[in-house]
Amino acid sequence: MAASSSVAPERALALYRTMCEIRAFEQAAVKGYRDGHLPGFIHVSLGQEACAAGACGALVEGDLITSTHRGHGHCLAKGADPGRMLAELYARADGYAKGRGGSMHIADVAAGVLGANGIVGQSMGLGIGAALSLQVRGQPNCVVAFFGEGASGTGIAHEAMNMAALWNLGIVFFCESNRYAELSPYDTHVSVPDVAGRAAAYGFTGVVVDGEDVMAVHAAVAEAAARARAGGGPSLIEAKTYRWHGHYEGDPQTYKPEAERRNDEGLDPIARFARGAAALGLDPARLEGAREEAEARIAAALAWAGSLQSPPAAALTEDVYAGQAHGAG
Amino acid sequence: MRGRPMARVKYYRALNRALHEEMARDDRVILLGEDVGASGGIFAQTRGLYETFGPARVRDTPIAENGFVSAAVGAAMTGLRPVVEVGFEDFLTCCMDPLVNQAAKLRYMLGGQVSVPMLLYTFGGGGVNAGPQHSQSLAAWFAHVPGLKVVMPATPRDVLGLVKSGIRDDNPVLCLLSKKLIGSTGEVTGEGDDTLVPLGAADIARQGRDATLVALGQMRAPALAAADLLAAGGIDVEVIDPRSASPLDMVCIAASVRRTGRLAVVQEAHAPCSLAAEIVAAIAEAGIALRATPRRITPPFAPSPFAPQLERAFLPDAERIASTLRDMVAA
Repeated sequence: MAASSSVAPERALALYRTMCEIRAFEQAAVKGYRDGHLPGFIHVSLGQEACAAGACGALVEGDLITSTHRGHGHCLAKGADPGRMLAELYARADGYAKGRGGSMHIADVAAGVLGANGIVGQSMGLGIGAALSLQVRGQPNCVVAFFGEGASGTGIAHEAMNMAALWNLGIVFFCESNRYAELSPYDTHVSVPDVAGRAAAYGFTGVVVDGEDVMAVHAAVAEAAARARAGGGPSLIEAKTYRWHGHYEGDPQTYKPEAERRNDEGLDPIARFARGAAALGLDPARLEGAREEAEARIAAALAWAGSLQSPPAAALTEDVYAGQAHGAG
Repeated sequence: MRGRPMARVKYYRALNRALHEEMARDDRVILLGEDVGASGGIFAQTRGLYETFGPARVRDTPIAENGFVSAAVGAAMTGLRPVVEVGFEDFLTCCMDPLVNQAAKLRYMLGGQVSVPMLLYTFGGGGVNAGPQHSQSLAAWFAHVPGLKVVMPATPRDVLGLVKSGIRDDNPVLCLLSKKLIGSTGEVTGEGDDTLVPLGAADIARQGRDATLVALGQMRAPALAAADLLAAGGIDVEVIDPRSASPLDMVCIAASVRRTGRLAVVQEAHAPCSLAAEIVAAIAEAGIALRATPRRITPPFAPSPFAPQLERAFLPDAERIASTLRDMVAA
């Protein structure tokens, strides 16, 4: 927590509130899914809240993010509205994607969220494109491209990091290393102990950060984002965290050791923050207030989303093309 | 044409002119690709662009089609209008995801929040003994995907007009150029004339009464040559170059078939699940009465061979096209 002393209590409390919102959002999503109200399938990031909250909490207006199939936390933390997100999960017309995308395609472009994405690794390619756009347009912002250790094995991860270095792009590659890629553990996917070590191959900075510690994540991203905005080029941050749930909701997780399924280590970034809150100048009552606010916000969002209509069949072929209608019917 | 003087230019120079004009017209247009920068390109197709528009807007990429096409999509979502070169059409297999899962779907999938205004051009097709991995014609793959537009210009005029229109379009556009035609010449409007060809509009390359011959991409030239051979024998063929594979101008094709009562389609791509298959099916569904069984004139179902004598046998040529049409008219 060495880096935390420079952060104002209000900022720290905001990060905590964001983590509580992500937790409440995903718990609501999980319940909705189990109760049969959410179609399709969802991937939740319970246990990883410090990554999204810490990283996005270090960004400013005009900064952009690209996200993954496990993107609820990133979108919320960057400012997406939980009501419109839940509306999308519930396949409603008022959802961010008008009910066409679902959990894996939530975006709020106005808030700088260029979208969750269903194809592992593409957040990095799209991310360098957004960073290229900032550079060409002379805009002093940066991009954070979220990915996981599973994506670190894709070709596009290498291609994107190489190009980011060649072109000195203002991007932070943020790896949420959550111990599992789909149904297999880290060492099935990654040939080295730390994904962060890959950065050396491209000639930029790579650091490992405790992904359970929101203040540490925040400090690392604040530094990398400031460098990126100032023309200092890309960097790679690997946040070591733990995915509480399976790859998808309903995944029986038979591949995890029993002790890990029970979370015997007690990994929980929200509880972890609470334990260190006094040192940040925050008393328990303020934490409790923030948690209640977060939960109330999500409850209101859930009630609103549940009240909405499904998209009309006539909307089926809207937005396939920009501009005039395409020839195909 | 507004009375402007015409000029004869080479196919690749028409591409170069289109890129120059659109980059000068709009600061948001950038060019990405392998060797598009200082080297001027493998066919000299990008010569002068780097010097005119600078390294920020004309960028050599590493050999990483998945990565740089994905980057173009990300840039298109965030305020630029990228043009991307992929050297050979066969290499599109290396960037299928950013084209098919990203560029084509992002607008729809994100609820209309973004558009993806980008143009990708590449050189495809056979006839230059380039072998199985450098000769394919894959338009049908991409015409199958909602959200993409696909053009395949076969003349300098259409290269100029379709590339310019494609860059200005707010959707992802694939421009499938022909390697064999790179050095071919044709008439275009003079410098300074803003020549646009609309996407999705076929060109009636030759008018005729007896049969409709639809020629895709660089099959336009052998189709016209076949029409000349047939004319000598009293058969008057209408040759239609669709120019766009998606949207496909079925209005023009159907109107022609209604007049002629006969339909043949010639393409470099294989027959199954192809544009020729689509055109024949659409005419069948339209219930147009035909005087002869419709025909697809295509290569055999085998990869494109290297050996010149084999490739000559592989690709449809004027004689084979003419022979097919003669049979149809005699039937």
